Amino acid sequence: MSERLRSIAANAVLAGASLIMVLPFLWMAMASMAPQGEIFSGAIFLKPSLQAAWGNYAFAFSRAPLLRYMANGVIVCVAIIVCQVAIAAPAGYALAKLPFRGRPVVFAAIVLGLMIPIQVPAIPLYIGLAYAGLLDTYTGLVLPFIISGFAIFLFRQFFTSFPDDVIDAARLDGFSELSIVRRLMLPAAWPAVAAFAVFSFVANWNDLYWPLVVITRPEMMTPPLGLAAFRASGDSAGNVGALMAGGIVITLPLVIVFSTIQKQFIRGMAAPAAPAPAAPAPASQASASPAPSSR
Amino acid sequence: MTTPASPRLKAQRRAGLLLTAPAIVALVLLVLLPSSAVIILSLTDYQLGNTQAAFVGFANYRTIAADPDFRHSVRNTLVFVGLVVPGSIIPGLLFALLIEGRTRFKSVYRTAFFLPVTATLVAMSTAWEVLLHPTFGLVNTLLFAAGADKLRFLSNPGIALYAIAGIGIWKQIGFNVVLFLAGLSTIPRELYEAASLDGAEGGWRRYLLVTGPALAPVMLFVTIITTIRAFSEFDTVAVLTDGGPVHSTSVVLFVLYEEAFRYLKIGTGSAIAVMFLMFIALLSLVQTRLAGRARHV
Repeated sequence: MSERLRSIAANAVLAGASLIMVLPFLWMAMASMAPQGEIFSGAIFLKPSLQAAWGNYAFAFSRAPLLRYMANGVIVCVAIIVCQVAIAAPAGYALAKLPFRGRPVVFAAIVLGLMIPIQVPAIPLYIGLAYAGLLDTYTGLVLPFIISGFAIFLFRQFFTSFPDDVIDAARLDGFSELSIVRRLMLPAAWPAVAAFAVFSFVANWNDLYWPLVVITRPEMMTPPLGLAAFRASGDSAGNVGALMAGGIVITLPLVIVFSTIQKQFIRGMAAPAAPAPAAPAPASQASASPAPSSR
Repeated sequence: MTTPASPRLKAQRRAGLLLTAPAIVALVLLVLLPSSAVIILSLTDYQLGNTQAAFVGFANYRTIAADPDFRHSVRNTLVFVGLVVPGSIIPGLLFALLIEGRTRFKSVYRTAFFLPVTATLVAMSTAWEVLLHPTFGLVNTLLFAAGADKLRFLSNPGIALYAIAGIGIWKQIGFNVVLFLAGLSTIPRELYEAASLDGAEGGWRRYLLVTGPALAPVMLFVTIITTIRAFSEFDTVAVLTDGGPVHSTSVVLFVLYEEAFRYLKIGTGSAIAVMFLMFIALLSLVQTRLAGRARHV
């Protein structure tokens, strides 16, 4: 087979597969802008109309508090990321650079914890949150996820390659270990933080299981739970266009953002694998001006 | 390392414990303790709201082992895993290899396959539900145009599980393509040049000689993670079929959710959670064992 023919065949296969990959998304977008009759006609291409689009989105926003769901999603995801980084960065630094007793045990426990999916501790966590009166709260949504073994792993790996003499110089300048983490390590680990943040955001934004367990009040629902509730409610019955509009609203912003920063995301996904890039910052600069340049 | 002054080493040791303390406390309170508690709960008749519980041995495990709904969910899960694992890994690898070989449109394809990775599965499931609709769904329109009968994908107990697995494959192919592409990009070009000097010019021989072995650690990682994710199937079932029709799509995590949080049967729910944990632990063990031989991904 000639090179040219092979290339055409490969492109045909990939174009077909790509179409299937984006099909539910395309369809969702088309249906969210199409009139009811058009959707029910079984046509392959749905003719959009401004009036129908307005009707579908207005109906979705009026029957389901989509903006509230989105705000809940942002609050929960950001709170989780902040806690995860605040806990994981010092731990990752200690595991990488500080010789303390029990370090192998701590590391082993973290790796062990990394393997346990949320469904396993879910029942005792649920009972505990119920007794503490924390069901249907942001705390209940956030708490189980504040510890990320994955984040500790990632930070430890990133910090291991950080030059020791820079750290020693900072110590001589009177930095405490915590301020070394805050002012030296975290700024240097910015790519790792970004990669992890993106990864964590997607995972927690899309999670259905835990919100379904702890949330019953509509105003506390996260986007996937809210959409599932909208779908199950009588409001969306028969109104496919409005349901699709709801789906677009909770999916589109993230898909656009994350498709443009694919690289960071993939780095986060394959991170336990990839060799950590060496952290720069020459020793002289660090000891001369302890505050790292802001980026 | 220089020989550090003893007080400084002491300070570093103290700092080490202090800096890991929040992580240790959170890990113990939120993961290790509750995970141990679930094992204990599975051996008791505890009910939510009760102040005490009696030890019942393995009674909960016997109850679920004899429960036809649970047995059915294990069978469904195995079928689902058996479809999704090969169904997403083999095409995933094929598409990644094809994309890697392109010079044009590479980033277009990469973005298309990346879409299902970040898109909210709950939303995408509702889109698939419309695409699979028995009367006006696009898939049925195409089937009809091809001369086949329209299918009630999600309401026919004979095919609902396959439809759910199809959505699972769609979601996981994108994920696997992305991981394979990341793996392929780390293979040094010199290996291919050396292979072509050895006369391995064609696609297959090149794959067997260079790509396959170099990709082995990624393949292991992808296989384990796909298996774990397939065993953890929940969203599509919970949103679209509620385990039905007639339990035909009820998978293990769905039964666990229903048992523990819908019917509040803490004992039997915990027993299912423990079995799920043992299974995941087994898979992780296999991974670490095998990865010890190959370079870790």
